[in-house]
Order: sequence, then structure tokens, then C-alpha cells
Amino acid sequence: MASVVFYFQVHQPFRLRRYSIFDSDATYFDDWRNETVLRKVAGKCYGPANAVILDLIRRHEGRFRVSYSLTGTILKQLRRWAPAVLKSFHDLAATGCVEFICETCYHSLAFLYNREEFIAQTKMHRKLMKEMFGQEPRVFRNTELTYNNDVAKVVEDMGFDAILTEGADHILGYRSPNFIYNPPNCGNLRMLMKNYRLSDDIAFRFSNRGWAEWPLTAEKFAHWVDQINGNGYVCNLFMDYETFGEHQWADTGIFDFLRALPEKILAGRKNDFLTVSQAVRRYPAVGEVDVPHMISWADTERDISAWLGNSMQANALHDVYALADRVLATEDRVLIDDWRKLQTSDHFYYMCTKWFADGDVHKYFNPYESPYDAYINYMNILDNVRSRIAARVQA
Amino acid sequence: MKVFMLGWEFPPHISGGLGTACYGLTKGLDEIGVQVVFVLPTAVPISAASHVKLRTAADLPGARAAAEEYAFRHVTLRQVDAQLQAYASPVLTKAMIEQLAAQARAAVGSGAALQMIEAFQSQLAGSLAGFGPGAGVHYSGDLMGQVFRYARLAVELAMHETFDVIHAHDWMTYPAGLAVAAAKRKPLVVHIHSTEFDRSGEHVNQQVYDIERAGMHGAARVICVSHLTRSIVASRYSVPAEKLEVVYNAVDLPGDQDWDMKPIRQDEKIVLFLGRVTMQKGPEYFLRAAKKVLEKFTNVRFVVAGSGDMITKCIQEVADLRIGQYVTFTGFLRGRDVDRIFEIADLYVMPSVSEPFGIAPLEALSHNVPVIISKQSGVSEVLTHVLKVDFWDIDEMANKILAVLRHPPLHRTLRQHGHIELRKLSWRDSATRVSEVYEKVVAAAR
Repeated sequence: MASVVFYFQVHQPFRLRRYSIFDSDATYFDDWRNETVLRKVAGKCYGPANAVILDLIRRHEGRFRVSYSLTGTILKQLRRWAPAVLKSFHDLAATGCVEFICETCYHSLAFLYNREEFIAQTKMHRKLMKEMFGQEPRVFRNTELTYNNDVAKVVEDMGFDAILTEGADHILGYRSPNFIYNPPNCGNLRMLMKNYRLSDDIAFRFSNRGWAEWPLTAEKFAHWVDQINGNGYVCNLFMDYETFGEHQWADTGIFDFLRALPEKILAGRKNDFLTVSQAVRRYPAVGEVDVPHMISWADTERDISAWLGNSMQANALHDVYALADRVLATEDRVLIDDWRKLQTSDHFYYMCTKWFADGDVHKYFNPYESPYDAYINYMNILDNVRSRIAARVQA
Repeated sequence: MKVFMLGWEFPPHISGGLGTACYGLTKGLDEIGVQVVFVLPTAVPISAASHVKLRTAADLPGARAAAEEYAFRHVTLRQVDAQLQAYASPVLTKAMIEQLAAQARAAVGSGAALQMIEAFQSQLAGSLAGFGPGAGVHYSGDLMGQVFRYARLAVELAMHETFDVIHAHDWMTYPAGLAVAAAKRKPLVVHIHSTEFDRSGEHVNQQVYDIERAGMHGAARVICVSHLTRSIVASRYSVPAEKLEVVYNAVDLPGDQDWDMKPIRQDEKIVLFLGRVTMQKGPEYFLRAAKKVLEKFTNVRFVVAGSGDMITKCIQEVADLRIGQYVTFTGFLRGRDVDRIFEIADLYVMPSVSEPFGIAPLEALSHNVPVIISKQSGVSEVLTHVLKVDFWDIDEMANKILAVLRHPPLHRTLRQHGHIELRKLSWRDSATRVSEVYEKVVAAAR
């Protein structure tokens, strides 16, 4: 039996407005742009995709199950600008076939710089999931599936049952991501590792007419999933929710594919769908996977070079976390919230200089003309944060 | 493939980017085995008041020195005796001119080339009266006369050479190019390093514009140094698109040199403007941005390296802005002084109002100096690891200058990536593109 474990990431950052060194007001975020983007993505992706998933759950009477993670930032944005979509997430929660996964509330890389902040943001998010969807998350995933042994230890200590990460080749070697593993020295925590080949077939290659397997039909894909039988238990399909309608536009047939897939998978009565927790409960861990260095689901390197690959990124990350104690000491809730929104990993992603000259995926979603502009903008804003702290201290 | 190339300046005797570009391109062509006969006019002593310093390969030792640094295998430098004062016999000259025009007319039958020669004839006749040595600046009759003389002598020279194609660099060589093309019935390629609109804004000199236009229309192909220039040529000169080509300039990476560095002040940041101090280069925007920068940061020195027709105005502006103690004017720099100033600079700014290409940022990057360039420049089409700004946006320019000065990681990343990016620009590649244009043009002429 092969169990398909779908996990969808739902996230939008609070993008920054153009902030020059001569600016001095405390508004950092480009509300107009953020609202425009959110409404667009809600219309092309979240709305239609939620409708399809909801319909599939009802049609297959509980045998179709999926997992989501919704960041604190996108929940704020949905509440403000797309309440109908937020309602549809509530509806999904109510079906009992949808599990919500925990992460850092502000989609941050806090683990790398400030353990307390990481724990604080995780607790915040856990609380948010309880409030919004009535669920106590049992499974955790770090921002952009960044992971190593240390993350596992901290997450286990916080009481989670499992953690998601990337099934990177250089970590697994000859082993398969279609099994459950555990980290070294973690008796209670299980690892679910992304099957990147099959995940990316849907998330990236689906509409590529140059691909040998194009067009990807539900039948073909169900057949591939079936091949796991005999050499695996789970098929971990982890992807950005924007796959459905935004990365892969509706006219590629992605929604039709999604609509048809459960039926094809369930047809043989051999395979099924599980949420992350269900998968971890049903299948045993088969071995230990040692990940001493940080991995992620980004780019071909599957490391953290997309956010921490040059000295600008390192400097910006260092400086924002260097403010931690002083910001928290001000007890200024608006300032603290602003500071946390500045920790969202996207801001550092925009400063990436990898392949900048080639203009690829990084550039497409980048609101800045260049990574240098991103860095300059960010550092100017941090200057203002510092002056706000100083003003509070004096007051 | 053999090229009859018409230039106006060649290192080490240069007044701007044209000489550097010609040298680089010629070197590139030489490397790929194209034979070049490079024609230059003789040196012309002009009074110190003029900023147009024309020096040429007639200082033949100088030219040989340039050639010695790189041993040209297929390039011959030819000097034509276009001496400004030495119109030995105006009457004789006039007769020779008329004879030449008749020849050209017979060869071509009609066209802009012919009109050009006739126009020059009358111009020369008219200006001979007021002719005199050191008659000074720019577009007065003596320069036009010199241009035409160059044309006549180039034709004479061409009669004794065999070649497949003619390549003329910028407007001053276009009459020569047209005349040689008509006389030898060989195709002409003109190279636009700058247009009159780049140099003079909207107040163009009509004579120069007419020459540029005639050259472009009389040529088989027009090579532009950037898409920016290409679009100006297409729209302001009505040149059809199929004739237009874009070949970017490049830069020679400096060898490992160990300069004896004596910085102006050890701890001060140096922000450099290097280029002709003229409207096209936007020096006033540099100075106004400097003023804004100084509002936030004073441990900086703004260096203006160059001279030009706006130099006194700039000095006055610095005084009016009350930033005199933070600004240094070095005058025109050449040779090793240029390398030295780049070695000590922390940042190079090119706020050009209209820059067809802009080799200086490449030179800056080759010296590991990060660069801020105006978006209204051709070089911004090829460089990505630089900061870009609209030339008029003084606030943003200051914002970016301050960011580079205050954040070492930004400085470091720009420097490192910029230097690597330079490697994708080579004169050899530009020369290969040019040689492809030659092949096209020669094939079509058969």
C-alpha cells in the first residue's frame, strides 16, 4: 500500500515599500502591492483550489485527505483582503480530513540566529492554529523546509511527533524518501522527507511541453505512485499551494488533473491518502537520517544559499536578529510586530545574487529590480527600527 | 577579410572613449585574424582653450608604443597628412578637390555621398578666407575643413590599398568613408559611438547632424554601441531597422600592476566622477547628489576627474552648494593616473544624461570599484551587478551612494560580482560580431 501525503504551503510576505535613507516614518510595508498580490493569488489559486479540494473531500467521503501550513502573515492578509478564502479554509478544517501543520508564525529563519525567538514564533503559531481551526498541530515544518539535526532536537523537545523536510539526494544517498525516518538521538520524532521528483513533476514540470512525460495525466501519475508499492510506504508530495493556478495556470489543466487524481489513486483499492500525522502513526521509522548541515527545498543545491549565500544577506540577517533583546524590551507591540514581519525569509530571498544575471525563478517573484536594491531598502528600514527603539528608550 | 578603417583617435593620444574603443576593437579584430588598415589624421596643435585635444598617431613614437604593448599582426597604421594649417596652395587644393568630386560623381552617379562632397567644396571655398591657425573651438569652418581634407587624403591613400570593406568611426570620418566607398566601389560600415543628440542634447549642430545622417544612409550597415543608441538612430535619423546592428564595447582587464599608492586621506571614502565635464555626462547631478550625501555622512571626498566645457560652472556650483571642502577637481587624467585614481576610489558614479555605451564603468569594475550608473546609458544593458539610477533622481543617487559607503557587505558583493561579470565582455567577442557584419555586407555587395 502506498499512501499519498499531500502537503501544501500557503504563504505571502508583507513586502516592503521603497524606503530611502531620507525617509523617516514608521510605515515599512507596501500595503497596496501586498493587497494587489493577495487578491490576485486568491482569485487565481486559493479560491479555486480550495473549492476543488473541498469538493474532492466530499465526493470521496473522507478518503481524500491533505495537509496544509498557513503562515501567520498570510492569515493576517486573508483576514484583511480575502475573508471569503479564509472562510473556505475554515470549511476545509471542518471536514475533518485536513490537517494543519505548525511553523514559525512569521515564516522566519529565526532558528539560525535566535533560538528563543524561534520557539516564541512556533508557540505563537501553534496557538493561532488552535484559535483559527481548532487543531493542536502535532507536526512541524521549518521555513522553506530548512532542517538539520539541531532543528529536529529542538522540535522534539517542544513535543511534536514529526517534522517535514526535503528528501535531498546528498542526504539520502541510495535510500528512498518513501519511508519514514528518524533523526539521530530523537526517540519520538519522525521525519517525513519530500519526494522531490514526483512533487516537482506536478509543481514545476506539469506544463512544460518539452518534458518527456508531458502531458501528465492523473492516470499516469497514479501509476507512478503505485510503483512505490514494494519499495516504500508514503509518497510525500510537498509543494507551494500556488502551484494550482499561479505557478501552473488554470489553462494548463492543473485543476482538472487535481480533480481526477484521487479517483485514479483510490481506484485499485491498493493506495490511499493520509495526512501527515496519519502517515506517521501508521508506518514505522525504518532508519536514521543524519543531517548535520542545513538543507532546504530551494533550488538545485537544496541548501540555504538562497537566503544566506552572500555577505549582504548574512549582514541583514545578523543585524535584524541583533536587535532582538532591545526590541522586545520596548514592549511596543506595533514595533515588535514590525520587527517580526521584517524577519520573513522572503526579504532575504530577494537579496540573492545567485544567477541574478540569468534572470530566472528568483527574479520573477522579486519586487525589486536588483538584489542590491533589496538590500539597500531593507537596511534603510532597519535604521528606522533602531531609531524607534532609541526613541522608546528615551521616553 | 581586409578592412580600411577610418578613425580619429588612438591611444595613447585620446580625448575620450572613442580612442579606447577603436583600440580595443582593432585589437580584437587582429586577434581573430582580420587585416586592418587603420587611417588616422596627423596631430593638430590647438590652443589650450579648446577641450578637444586632437592628438594622433603622427606622434608616431606614441602610436608605436601603443602597438608595442600589443603586437599587432594584421594591423597597419597609416597617417594622412591632414594638417590644419598646411593648406599649401588653396587653389591647387581646390582643383584637386574638383577632380576628385568628378571621379566620385562618375563612380556613384547620385546620392548623399555626392551631395556631401559638393557641400564641403563650397564650405571650404567659403571658409578659406577666414582661415587661420588655432582658430579654436568646435564646429566652426576649420574643423569642417579638416574633416574634408581628411576625406580627400583618405581617398588618395585608399587608391593604393586593396580591401574588402570600409569601417568609419563617428561622424568626423563619415565623409571620408563615403568618399572612399564611392571611389573604390566597396561597401561602407559606419560605427556610431555617439550621436549629436547624445553630445548636445536637443540643440544639435545642423551640419554635424547632416553628416551623421548622410553617413548612416550611405552605409550598407550601421553598427551601434547599444540598443539605446540604436533606437536613437532609428527614430531621429530614420534609418531602416534592417541596416542596424548592435555591438557592445568591452574593456581590457588591467594586468597585475603594483601602483605606488598615496591616498588623498587614509580614512576618507572617495566617490569618483571620471569623464569629460560636459552636459552629456551629467556632472551637475553628481554634485547635487554629493550635497545630499553630505547631509548624512561627511567622511567622504567627491573627486571630479576630468575637464570640459562645464568645468568652471561646476566649480562655481560647488561653491554655491557650500561643499567646497569635500570636493576635489583633478583635471584631465591619463595613463597611469587613471589607474591610480581607480585604485583609491571607493565608488564610481556615472550620472550620464545620455551615454551611448560608457566604457568607464567597465574600467572601474576592472579595478574592483563598485559602480552606480545612470539608466540612460548603453552599458546598463550589459551590466547587472551595478547600481542603476535615473540620472535626474538625485535623492535616489544619494540614497545609493550612502548605502555603498555605509555597508561594506554591499560594497564587497558589488565589487566581486561586478568583476566576474566583466569577463563576459571581451573585445574579441565584439570583433567577432563586427567581422560577421563585414561578411554580410561584402556578400551583399557581390
